Amino acid sequence: MPPGGKYDIPIHHALWAPVAKMSDHFDLTKLIFGRLTWEAIPYHEPILVATFIAVALGGIALLGALTYFRVWGYLWKEWFTSIDHKKIGVMYMVLGIVMLLRGFSDAIMMRIQQAIAFGDNAGYLPPHHYDQIFTAHGVIMIFFVAMPFVVGLMNFVVPLQIGARDVAFPFLNNFSYWMTVAGAVLTMISLFVGEFAKTGWLAYPPLSGIMQSPDVGVDYYIWALQIAGVGTLLSGVNFTVTIIKMRAPGMSLMKMPVFTWTALCTNILIVAAFPILTAVLAMLTLDRYLGTHFFTNDLGGNAMMYINLIWIWGHPEVYILILPLFGVFSEIVATYSGKRLFGYTSMVYATVVITVLSYLVWLHHFFTMGSGASVNSFFGITTMIISIPTGAKIFNWLFTMYRGRIKFEVPMLWTVGFMITFVIGGMTGVLLAVPPADFVLHNSLFLIAHFHNVIIGGVVFGVFAAITYWYPKVFGYKLDPFWGKCSFWFWCIGFYFAFMPLYVLGLMGVTRRINHFDDPSLQIWFIVAAFGAFLIALGIASFLIQLVVSYRKRDQNRDLTGDPWGNGRTLEWSTSSPPPQYNYAFTPRIHDTDSWWQMKQEGFKRPESGFVAIHMPKNTMAGMLLAGLCTAFGFAMIWHMWLIAGVSFATMLISAIVHTFNYDRDYYIPAEEVERVESERTRVLANNV
Amino acid sequence: MSDTTVTANTNQGAAEPSRFLVPGEYHVPQGTLLGFWIYLMSDCLIFASLFATYGVLGRNYAGGPSGADIFELPLVALNTTFLLISSITYGFAVLQMQQNKLRGTMLWLVITGLFGAAFIGVELYEFIGLINEGAGPQRSGFLTAFFSLVGTHGLHVTFGLVWMVTLLLQLKKHGLIHENKRRVFCLSMFWHFLDVVWIGVFTFVYLMGVLPA
Repeated sequence: MPPGGKYDIPIHHALWAPVAKMSDHFDLTKLIFGRLTWEAIPYHEPILVATFIAVALGGIALLGALTYFRVWGYLWKEWFTSIDHKKIGVMYMVLGIVMLLRGFSDAIMMRIQQAIAFGDNAGYLPPHHYDQIFTAHGVIMIFFVAMPFVVGLMNFVVPLQIGARDVAFPFLNNFSYWMTVAGAVLTMISLFVGEFAKTGWLAYPPLSGIMQSPDVGVDYYIWALQIAGVGTLLSGVNFTVTIIKMRAPGMSLMKMPVFTWTALCTNILIVAAFPILTAVLAMLTLDRYLGTHFFTNDLGGNAMMYINLIWIWGHPEVYILILPLFGVFSEIVATYSGKRLFGYTSMVYATVVITVLSYLVWLHHFFTMGSGASVNSFFGITTMIISIPTGAKIFNWLFTMYRGRIKFEVPMLWTVGFMITFVIGGMTGVLLAVPPADFVLHNSLFLIAHFHNVIIGGVVFGVFAAITYWYPKVFGYKLDPFWGKCSFWFWCIGFYFAFMPLYVLGLMGVTRRINHFDDPSLQIWFIVAAFGAFLIALGIASFLIQLVVSYRKRDQNRDLTGDPWGNGRTLEWSTSSPPPQYNYAFTPRIHDTDSWWQMKQEGFKRPESGFVAIHMPKNTMAGMLLAGLCTAFGFAMIWHMWLIAGVSFATMLISAIVHTFNYDRDYYIPAEEVERVESERTRVLANNV
Repeated sequence: MSDTTVTANTNQGAAEPSRFLVPGEYHVPQGTLLGFWIYLMSDCLIFASLFATYGVLGRNYAGGPSGADIFELPLVALNTTFLLISSITYGFAVLQMQQNKLRGTMLWLVITGLFGAAFIGVELYEFIGLINEGAGPQRSGFLTAFFSLVGTHGLHVTFGLVWMVTLLLQLKKHGLIHENKRRVFCLSMFWHFLDVVWIGVFTFVYLMGVLPA
């Protein structure tokens, strides 16, 4: 701060001044490396060293294998630079699975710590490490597991369901994906270089301010989420436009498949919620980097404003995660019951009502703030009201099953498991919505049990259902049902063992994020919970085994018709599995919600001639390049490497501008090529149906 | 539309194939303008957050200056005039573009850019003056909220200027082709949007800020 100004602060405030301190004396090492020193490498933590060795060996093995089998060129050309929505969708799912393993490792470490750290036993995780783990677990599971899964599903399914050939902005889609990866990479780097935030997954100030958290942890948090958030926001814009503009002729809004409807609402929520996350993270950044006073304790800051703002994003985020899965369950229930979905119109309205209401409930996350009885009552009531449209959905699914010819294939198991589990989670949610009850249960393990109950029971079960359901469409063969059933039962039973004890502990008053306990009578509940987490580990292992086994048995489980479940209702089942690059040789014309079902009923025959050239977007490496530069920029900002930050930012800006000078972004697939692909499909269909 | 049509269905089924598909090439409606509009709405929410923040922190002076102490309305009036005029001149650029006049379009864009740059210049002058007086963003909650709201708007205008230069180069290189017209429209929306936001800033921050508390 320049001296001598007439409004200078009378007392000395020096803590905001990393920038000022740096400019005191010029130091090249500092300019390049910032605050990154060898001290930042946690070689004194045996757990991290062992993890690093395992990751490094695994990584080297993977890279070696990729090089040995010469797949780099293939990956680069066919996947990394691809703007095909189907491939980007698959890449999102792969990211989600990889990060699920990381997020789950955090979970099981916490469960083990809490199961043993009683009385004289301090457990194996010191508090500073434990605090990073619970923060990383929450951040990773929400931003880098659930979000990639949800966005990946929408990527793959939505254009197929609306009869489009790609999304509205194919390059942007690739860029969004790599920005999400960039956020995930920064989070992973924090494991071995420096540390992650020790603040909990929403990083409330003043704890996350520079005074209480001077280290890099919160900066990793900020930049990882900021970068990934930009990707998510762009993807929200992209899909909103795709669904509004690119539906096949005849598909009015009320003829859209339910999954597409939920995707539309989700993307509107993304567009309307993520800017607030961007803004609030930017404010926290300014507080930490420039010494401003948004959320500080002194000089006019207001920490509660952060908590309001982050939950104005955070609550819609919950619905961003669950709504697409409601769509998934709707598709699955109708398909495996062999019936049209019960109450399509009410399902759509319920989705829209949830979308609107999700903006009117955020304060229920902090009733204890002390807003007074009137405000708390308002938010308590809106929260309870939101369970009504959700309940309507449950009844719609039940009535779809009623008198249906139900086939209990694996996706249907997940769906039934979801309906039971989610209703329990919903009811404990309504309990928490009562402000006086919340004053007792706030931040207790009851809350933890509640939101895992809805997120695992809703989002995770839904994602596994969706993977099993659409897998044959993606890869052309079904997943092995035996290992699918193993995965389902381990997950489902494991969930109840892991989280029902937490309800009990929460009612007994145990709060969240505790590293050590004194009361030995609590221990048995934590041991049961740890056992549940172990069962879930078996569920995840079964899923991974399922992928391998199914790949090896792919020739027995091929889907040659494109409609592997025999009862497909929506458009994506009308094309081949996997779909050709252009999805549909001719753009479909829609007359009914269940368009493929109607086509089958009316004896539709594929045209076998008259193909025309198809206009498609070209691959580009621009997305990966920009996101890579963004990762470098984020890393440099985290470590105060101002020189590298400046250079990478300038390069990023210039690359983006150069990219806009490229006007040659599309090409035509020649009619002969379409003809060749389609006659191959005709041959396969003739031989196998 | 392409002239090609589906000739015939070799094995005739119950339904005409064209009942369920569009023969020939199907042109998907362009979504860029809608997409850009949606992006602007999301940007609007960033400003909404900053306005709300200003609403909460705007009177937290922490013993430092208030709006009445530091705002110089004549300077801000000048600034506002620059920006409002630049919106009109952008309008002229679009009118020229619709008559397919490249030179006129580029000329009005340059004039718009100059007014935009003048706006940024005045804003920087104001900011530097405040910081030198000790009324920088670190001084109080009020000044934090003030600098971040006005500064975010200023950053947007700066970004708009960079875009404008880029677009001028692209117009020079390719002329008024379809893609470039679309880009001129997008930047036009962006520019007018920033004008609207500025009217909010001018009213809520500057005019109401100098009112007696």
